[in-house]
Parts: sequence; C-alpha cells; structure tokens
Amino acid sequence: MLELNNAYAAYGRIAALKDVTISVKKGEIVTLLGANGAGKTTTLRSISGMLKLKRGEIRYKEESIGKFPAERIVGLGIGHVPEGRKIFPRLTVEENLGIGAYLVKDRKLIHERKQKAFELFPILHERRNQKGGTLSGGEQQMLAIARALMQDPELLLLDEPSMGLAPILVDFIFDVIRTLNRQGKTILLVEQNARMALAIAHRGYILQTGRLVLAGSAKELEANPEVQEAYLGG
Amino acid sequence: MLDSLLSLLPQILFEGLLLGFVYAMIALGYTMVYGVLELINFAHSEIFMIGAVAGVEIFRSLSNIIHNGYLLLLVAIVVGGLVSGLVAIAMERFAYRPLRRRGTTNRLVPLITAVGVSFVLQDLVRLIEALWHNEFFLRMASVSDLEGSVTVLGIFIQYKSIVVIVVSLAMLAGLNLLVNKTRLGTAIRTVAQDMDTARLMGINPDRVVSSTFFIGGSLGGVAGVLFALQYTTISPYSGFLPGIKAFTAAVLGGIGNIPGAMVGGLVLGELETLAGTYLPTLTNGTIGTEYKDIIAFLVLILLLLFRPQGLLGQIVKEKV
Ligand SMILES: Nc1ncnc2c1ncn2[C@@H]1O[C@H](COP(=O)(O)OP(=O)(O)OP(=O)(O)O)[C@@H](O)[C@H]1O
Ligand SMILES: [Mg+2]
Repeated sequence: MLELNNAYAAYGRIAALKDVTISVKKGEIVTLLGANGAGKTTTLRSISGMLKLKRGEIRYKEESIGKFPAERIVGLGIGHVPEGRKIFPRLTVEENLGIGAYLVKDRKLIHERKQKAFELFPILHERRNQKGGTLSGGEQQMLAIARALMQDPELLLLDEPSMGLAPILVDFIFDVIRTLNRQGKTILLVEQNARMALAIAHRGYILQTGRLVLAGSAKELEANPEVQEAYLGG
Repeated sequence: MLDSLLSLLPQILFEGLLLGFVYAMIALGYTMVYGVLELINFAHSEIFMIGAVAGVEIFRSLSNIIHNGYLLLLVAIVVGGLVSGLVAIAMERFAYRPLRRRGTTNRLVPLITAVGVSFVLQDLVRLIEALWHNEFFLRMASVSDLEGSVTVLGIFIQYKSIVVIVVSLAMLAGLNLLVNKTRLGTAIRTVAQDMDTARLMGINPDRVVSSTFFIGGSLGGVAGVLFALQYTTISPYSGFLPGIKAFTAAVLGGIGNIPGAMVGGLVLGELETLAGTYLPTLTNGTIGTEYKDIIAFLVLILLLLFRPQGLLGQIVKEKV
C-alpha cells in the first residue's frame, strides 16, 4: 500500500534520512522504532508531504506521491497524527473535529463520523464545547487521533501517541490503535515505547541516525538480543 | 458651561459611533491578516483609499443614470468592496507571497515591502485620476435623497449616517458569522493558529490567505465608500490617517483578535470625537480640534508602552 524507496531527506545540509526503504501493506500495523533524533518524525512528515525528499520515492497505492503538497496527500486517504498532537488550541473540540473533515463535503457523513469519534472517546463528547487548548494531554491525544479519523483515512500515521501519558492512558491508546486496525485501518506507528509497539505490531523497522538498521516481524525484533538491549531495556 | 458640554454629549457620542464603525471595519483588515500571517500589512490603508476612490467614481459616473441615491450607494458599496478585495488579493499574490516562498524570516522585509506597496498604490491611483480627470482631489457627488436628516432625542442624524451604521452593522455581523460558522471561517482560524498542521487537514494555506486578504480588503473598501460618503473629500493620500488610526484600533483590541478590532475601532472613534469637541472648549481654544488626530497616536504609544497585547489581548491561554 505504501512504499518508501531510498528516501533521503535533509534539513539544510544535515541529512536526517539516508536511503531509507520501508513498506506498509494493507491491513498491517507497522512500527518504526528508534532513539531520539533517529529520523522517525522526518519519515512520517515525508510521507504526508510536509517535508520534501531530496532523493528517493514515495509510492502510495501505485502512485508516486513524493511531489504532492501535504493538503493533497490527505485527500488520498493518508491521515497523520503529528508529534505533539498539534490540536488547534483556540478551536473547540467539536470545531477541531469539524476541521479534520475539511475535505468531506457531505454534512451527514461529517455528523456520523463525529458521533463515531465520540463513541470511541466519550470524554471528548463531554468536552465538545471546550477549547482544544484547555484539554489535558491525554484528551488532546485522543482529539488528535479523532481529528485524523474524521476524513476516514485508510492509512494512519501515528507519531508517538503515548508520549507523556500515564500508563493507564497508554494502554487505552494502544487498545484504540488495535481496534482501529481490526476495523480495517492500516497503521504506521512511530514509538519510543518499543515494548508496547512491538506487542501490537505485525512488523517493525529500526532507525538509527537516519539509517535503517533492522527490519522484521514483531516477533523477530522482540527476540533480537540487540533490540532487547537497546530498546526493551535488556 | 458644564451644562452646554453635557447637552452636546449625545450628538458627540453618535458622531463617534459613526467614525468608530469605519475604524472598526478597517481595523479588521489589519487584524485578520496579522492573524494568519503575523504580518502588519501597512498597505491596507491604501486598500481603504482605493475603496473610497472607487465609491466616488461610481457616484460621479452613475449619478445621472441611477437616480435613487440608495441604489447608487449600494452599487458603490459593492463595487468598492470588490475592487478593494481584488487589489488586496493581488497585493498578497505579488508582494507578500514571493517573500513567504523564499522563507524570509526577517520581519523587517515584509514591513518595508508593505511601505513600498503603499507608495506604489498611492501614486498609481494619483496617475490614473490625473490622466482621467486632470485632478486627483475628488469630491463625493451629493445625491439629494441621501442628504435629508431627522432629529431624534436631540441628536441630528443625516440619512446617510443611518446608512453608514446599518451597512457597518451588517458587515460586522456577516463577518462574525463567516468567521465562526462557516467552513472557510474555520479554515481561516485554523491557519491562523497553525499553518503547518492546517495542511494536514487538507487545507491549502495559500487559498486561505488569499481569502483572508479578500475579506479584509473588501471590509476596508466598503469602509472607504462609507468614509467618502460621510466626509466627502478623497485623495490618493486619504488612506494614511484613517489607516494608522484603524491600526491603532486593532492594537487597542489586541492585534489578531477579531472582536477586539471591532471594540478598538468604536473606542477610538469615540475617544477621537470626544477629544475633538471637548479639548478646544476645555482649553479655551488653546488646543484646537485639529489635535484630535493626535489621540490615536497617543493611544498607540501608551499601548505599546504599557499594554502591547491590547485591551482584550489573547482570549485563551494556550497549553503547549
Ligand atoms: N526542523 C528541523 N530543522 C533542522 N533539523 C531538524 C529539524 N527537525 C529534525 N531535525 C533533525 O533531524 C534529525 C531527525 O529528527 P526527527 O525529528 O525525525 O527524529 P525522531 O526520530 O522523530 O526523534 P524523536 O524521537 O526525538 O522525536 C535529528 O537530528 C534532528 O535534530
Ligand atoms: Mg519524533
């Protein structure tokens, strides 16, 4: 469904991705792991068009999308839940959801999806008239996911959804991810929490300073001694 | 003496309201553009002036054809709003967007560009008017059915003043609806908060920026037509003073804050009118009415010194 071929990205003259090749097949949860600064966020930003690759290719459903602007890529069915949630602080919860469905013209459909989002995250329904900026971190993360779901993407890019959340909320978010996957969403998950990510993923990749160093099924990676040492705390 | 001062008050407050609405409409252009681009578009005063000139030209060329003054005014308002809105779009497209594309981070660069655009527009209008009419000081043609007046509760009210109030209220209410209830309005607020993330929603920021310039520009243009109607003489340089006063109004309300610009405009209109009337009386003429223009600058300086975030400031405190 998605392929990155020899992706090379740089900020100014500093390379952030060096010839990264990864793929995500329909129906999978694929996780992208790595230490701080490894290039995980850069990978997701390249896929969603926020950052243009210097070299390499991005294919989505057999189409080369590397040159498309971000606002067009969303329309192809790639939803991006960015690092740090990035909800709109001065829009209400409901307006945040509404803007998530910016490309959806059918009002009935928008309404239905809002209801679905509220079913998934009932707390957002309680908070629907509150400004996004006044939500707690966990609520903001739920809102960020719900907002991306409003355009019913086939592929969901999640950038560290568990960051800064209490353990119970982390469990909840991972449950949500698994549920979404069962409902048919393909997921590319960037995480620091390698243990939990590998527990729900089918496959994984490990990035180190912009280079891909390991790839394999979640089981293989969990069993790999290097991975255990570096990412699973021995 | 106090009695005579007080008896003037309702009339003065009314005049202040008229002026305030005009300032509020211009101020919205400054504040909306600042909201999305963090750019102070100093050339907005010329957008206002162009609306005023367009209004005068419509009156001049159509008053023999359209005899109903209100219909004529409606045409002038629509044309003035459209022309200003389109000029504002062009200004963004050709002056500011190339700078954004180049990723210029120095704030001085767009500011200087804005000043340059101002000069270009002033002299362009001057050139056109000079070639067309051989003069560039224009007088609004007076149309008889707009010239009537009534006195209500001791306040002398011209019909055209009523038009100014009705049109301003309608525009302000319309803008509120547009910004808060429509898809475009939500997109504008979204881009204003986080342009990058807005793109992840499928919003094309360039289009939203263009729309913002158009909306702000049309409001400025309509304000120009109303200003010309009320104060009759217009030149290519008429934008400067109302422009800088409206900018003050925008800062007064908290730049980037839409309701703030409306409040700021009204407050400044009242302050200026009150000062224009009472200063000469209170100082036995030592300080003449012409000093009223200083009020705006005084307010601006005081604001920048003591309360740069404006009266209303930021409505919501943001969590990171
Ligand atoms: N806007 C930027 N300008 C310059 N360099 C950047 C920028 N964003 C990221 N980088 C650099 O690119 C490299 C990869 O960053 P990236 O954000 O993709 O890492 P990451 O794997 O997401 O890290 P983290 O786990 O901390 O989020 C880092 O060395 C980082 O310093
Ligand atoms: Mg990151």
